[in-house]
Amino acid sequence: MKKAKVIVLRTAGTNCDMETAYAFELAGAETELVHINALVEKRKALREYQILAIPGGFTYGDDVASGRILANELRSKLEDDLVRFISKNKPVIGICNGFQVLIKMGLLPSADKIADTGVQATLTLNDSGRFDSRWVYLKKTGSEKCIWVKDFPDLVTIPIAHAEGKFVPRGADVLKDLQDNEQIVFRYTDKTGKLFGRPYNPNGSIDDIAGICDTTGRVLGLMPHPERHISYLQHPNWRRLQNKKHKLGTGLEIFRNGVKYAEKYV
Amino acid sequence: MKFARVEVRDKKGVFDAVAVGVKRDIRDLGINGVSEVEYICVYTIGGDFSREELSRLSLGVLTDMISQECDYASGFNVEESENVHVVEVAYNAGVMDPTSESIIKAAKDSGIQGIMSARSSKKYIIHGKLSKEEFVQITDKLLYNKVIQHIVSEKEEKIMPEPYKFKHEEIDIMSADDEALLELSFSGALYLSLAEMKAIKEYFSKLKRNPTPCELETIAQTWSEHCKHKTMMGAVIYNGKRIENLLSETVMKVTRDLNKPWCVSVFKDNAGIIEFDSKHNICFKVETHNHPSALEPYGGAETGIGGVIRDPLGTGLGSKPIINTDIFCFGLPDMEALDVPKGALHPKRVLKGVVSGVRDYGNKMGIPTTNGAVCFDPRYTGNPLVFCGNVGIMPKEFSFKQVSEGDLIVSVGGRTGRDGIHGATFSSAELTSESEICSGSAVQIGNPITEKKVADALLKARDLKLYEAITDCGAGGFSSAVGEMGENTGAEVYLEKAPLKYEGLKPWEIWVSEAQERMVLAVKEKNLEALKNVFKDEFVEVAVIGKFTGEKKLRLYYEEHKVADLDMDFIHNGLPRTAREAIWEEKEMPSDIHFPEKEDYTEDLLKILSDWNVCSKEWIIRQYDHEVQGGSVLKPLVGPNCDGPADASVTRPFLDSPKGIVVSNGINPAYADIDPYWMAASAIDEALRQIVAVGGTLKKVALLDNFCWGNTEDPRQLGSLVRASEACYRMAKVFGTPFISGKDSLNNEFNADGHKISIPPTLLISAIGVIDDVDKTISMDIKRSGNLIYVVGKTYHEMGGSRYFAVNGQKLGLPPKVDPERSLSLMEKLSEVIQEGLVASAHDSSEGGLAVALSEMLFAGGYGARIRLKEVPVEEGVTREDVILFSESNSRFIVEVSPENKEMFEKKMNSVPVGLIGEVTEETKLTVFGNEENKIIETDIDTLKESWKKPFRKLMHEES
Repeated sequence: MKKAKVIVLRTAGTNCDMETAYAFELAGAETELVHINALVEKRKALREYQILAIPGGFTYGDDVASGRILANELRSKLEDDLVRFISKNKPVIGICNGFQVLIKMGLLPSADKIADTGVQATLTLNDSGRFDSRWVYLKKTGSEKCIWVKDFPDLVTIPIAHAEGKFVPRGADVLKDLQDNEQIVFRYTDKTGKLFGRPYNPNGSIDDIAGICDTTGRVLGLMPHPERHISYLQHPNWRRLQNKKHKLGTGLEIFRNGVKYAEKYV
Repeated sequence: MKFARVEVRDKKGVFDAVAVGVKRDIRDLGINGVSEVEYICVYTIGGDFSREELSRLSLGVLTDMISQECDYASGFNVEESENVHVVEVAYNAGVMDPTSESIIKAAKDSGIQGIMSARSSKKYIIHGKLSKEEFVQITDKLLYNKVIQHIVSEKEEKIMPEPYKFKHEEIDIMSADDEALLELSFSGALYLSLAEMKAIKEYFSKLKRNPTPCELETIAQTWSEHCKHKTMMGAVIYNGKRIENLLSETVMKVTRDLNKPWCVSVFKDNAGIIEFDSKHNICFKVETHNHPSALEPYGGAETGIGGVIRDPLGTGLGSKPIINTDIFCFGLPDMEALDVPKGALHPKRVLKGVVSGVRDYGNKMGIPTTNGAVCFDPRYTGNPLVFCGNVGIMPKEFSFKQVSEGDLIVSVGGRTGRDGIHGATFSSAELTSESEICSGSAVQIGNPITEKKVADALLKARDLKLYEAITDCGAGGFSSAVGEMGENTGAEVYLEKAPLKYEGLKPWEIWVSEAQERMVLAVKEKNLEALKNVFKDEFVEVAVIGKFTGEKKLRLYYEEHKVADLDMDFIHNGLPRTAREAIWEEKEMPSDIHFPEKEDYTEDLLKILSDWNVCSKEWIIRQYDHEVQGGSVLKPLVGPNCDGPADASVTRPFLDSPKGIVVSNGINPAYADIDPYWMAASAIDEALRQIVAVGGTLKKVALLDNFCWGNTEDPRQLGSLVRASEACYRMAKVFGTPFISGKDSLNNEFNADGHKISIPPTLLISAIGVIDDVDKTISMDIKRSGNLIYVVGKTYHEMGGSRYFAVNGQKLGLPPKVDPERSLSLMEKLSEVIQEGLVASAHDSSEGGLAVALSEMLFAGGYGARIRLKEVPVEEGVTREDVILFSESNSRFIVEVSPENKEMFEKKMNSVPVGLIGEVTEETKLTVFGNEENKIIETDIDTLKESWKKPFRKLMHEES
């Protein structure tokens, strides 16, 4: 079988590109780190790939606001290619800064609506007012809609590392749509998966939202970093785990799901 | 060119974390009249653009349409009144504003071509009744720093700098007498001594001409203490005995004597290199950025970490930066504002600024900060210490560089501006209350994304073998970089070819500017085009500024004018050697304790846990990304709740290999007042203990030294430096741990209106080691109830400089000593049993002694313990319970062992002092029984943990 080919998009300030590529490789894909200049100058084309990943980092220094400059660049220069990519059933994932980019260019929560109503949500400064690096628990809350979490445990632990991760929808209608359409993929929770709100919600996100997908279920954006939990050795308490040797990190399943989907449907 | 102002603020009802933070900080100043703070981002956009374009930029790029609103016409309407105060803060002209470049780029991406400049400023609207003095206090103490910023006034003129027109200049040195030479050194901010000025005069007298500013600046920079390490490398008469070269005869000698085959490159490149695996080497460098951080904590720390990251980037042919480590020394962060000496910033402001600077730069570079330490002492108030370190990894074949005649000198990265001029010489000066006024240009703001782009491009070009040598532009700028690279060949540089941030720089300013994020490469002509393409792909600017010649001369040109012509030999070897006097007098230390024994030590333990030097630094640690790159195997915060203090950090640079890098730091300036020899020995022992505690071995561990001292013109200060260096030699020799690189910063004193405050002599020892299998590493949190608790290592009556003495008001006493032979054999044994899987957790005992180490292990793991103090192995005659609990004797650990492993553990450890002191209990209480089986400590671990976490929470107003 031919391996799914993943484009890991880079630009100035991208910094989780290598580990994201590595996670996709562990999940069975072939990867290529591609600088946005190569796409803009048409030395590479998005259509040659089956999966798009926009990794974490501080693109353009998070100047003005996180993800804003890259979102603007993608919309100005590559919007058509991106829309075509998604319409061809191809999965897209934005992690941390990548999530911020997808939200700020309007591909999340729904690319269809952007023309009429503009961006529908934002990721803004944490309530604490500063960058925060910690492990959080995530509860999978959507149904099976999102292709990235088809076979996925209900509760996982994955680290966050961001200053601007507070999810804020434009209004109650947007939030209701997200809930009704089962687009909320992950919510911050406690280690039992039962409690929500502070202090388990690290940034003040509305409705404890940590990740959402678009209406097709193929575009996923999340603030936590699943690529940082693909081996038991990355878990903060791996020394306490039973049978640790058999366990890969829980983040790896996300990449596996994306790759499986691309192999099957793209 | 026209200018437009765009104002952006949060919509009503949106929680504004920035404004809330400012309001809280105002209350911290003791000003209670403020009811609300509003915060507005202001962008000043210059160029040629239509109203429609301005609207598109404002709404599409500058404003978050969900949470913010924007005004690009006249600004939001704010009426100033008795109860409404408005202040706008902007960067001074010439100070880096990283957002400028991004906004111009975004405008171009949006099809708006005419925008030429974009500057950001911050506007605060403060509501409440405030006196004029209170308002000034708020602006000066919180909202701006005049070193890099100013308050925007109504009619601010926009001055466009004029291009520089060449004018021949020379400085009359041939006719200058001694007094005039000294005046020249001082007024020119050269900070050279009379003997050095005379050597320069003699050189030019032979040439029968006066020097140009470029020439004088080159010499001053190369001969600065910062670059030349005149004290450490100079001759010293120590208590009457001559030491020819202090560094070479102590710290560097140990490396020569040990002659480890895995030391690849030591003390010559930008960082020391050791072997990692059969294909890779790693390099490590730690250095300080103290004076800039004192004046502008954010920028100083930011450019500190930015600078040290360029060291591994510029080591060999370049290594990939993979780990950051940061160690700070501050004044007490809760000191009274009124007690802060004039010209110094409040330690809390310094702390917050330094942490933000390190955070922003390190995180944006995508490098995990895995380990660090923070020390507090009132003497650091005017002169804080900011140590930043970085580890890089490289394929073996890229470990060396070679400059040849004919290679082009290529500058890559940021542009050159007036920033940081005289940084190298300024670091040799004493800080005074006037420093903030005169040394502004030595302080700068960095742009981490520029450096990230440079790093990405460099490593690509390296792998393609497109350059022959590389070094970073640090202190001294091009002068230092080109001077060092061309030392054995010679170089000529055409200064007008350096890309500038703005017009108007004089040739010497271009030459010594310390503008950030620049590297210098030696490139063969045939590789130039390919190199340019690699850098262009990553948006990095490349400029050929000269070439290496074979004439051993440094020649500088500006357009067709020659502005410098010096012999490389004179620049590098012309510095007159002087012998400086150093004195050390043994002080008799009292061995007695000035206060009686107590019935119960619970209160003392809680107090020590709340001591600034001991308490939790979680508030700082969480602001650093410690997971990026995915290699973190032992994190700075450990235990089921991720809040216990880890010893060393362990990182796996390759995600498909079990091989790891262990990094630790040892520092304790409290012992310096007693004996710097034992301070140094303790720092080395501590750094190594941490490596052993996590499961590392001492077989392949290298050390870095960082000496931060007061003014070593004072023979006593210099004497204490010699004494610390001697300890470095003896300890490292026995431990078998060579030094591979180091740094010194020797003028750390603050002049508060004529009253000099010297920092305590401070030696930071950073250690790096290689671990074959990270799966064998352990963490310090207690793992299971029923497990046994041991103390490994002997406790002595060594209370001098201890935290226990500090909370009880006694200072002097016997210092903790190190018997390196015994310590080594103990650590080797412990290392073995950990490797064999016999140990569930281990923690090294340092500040606060056994009681603190044990408490930390328990509350990190969530268990209690019953402890019998009389089982602790002690030196004969040690009977006082407080000594056993709180003595800070070195070479000790607390170790958790499961009952199944008891026999094996005890058998393997039978040659070293070990005591089974108790067992882990499910009940979360720590009970310590004293010599008479009486309870001397009894408290819940939550109380211990709360005491430990409280200080920073309270300082930063965090919820618990």
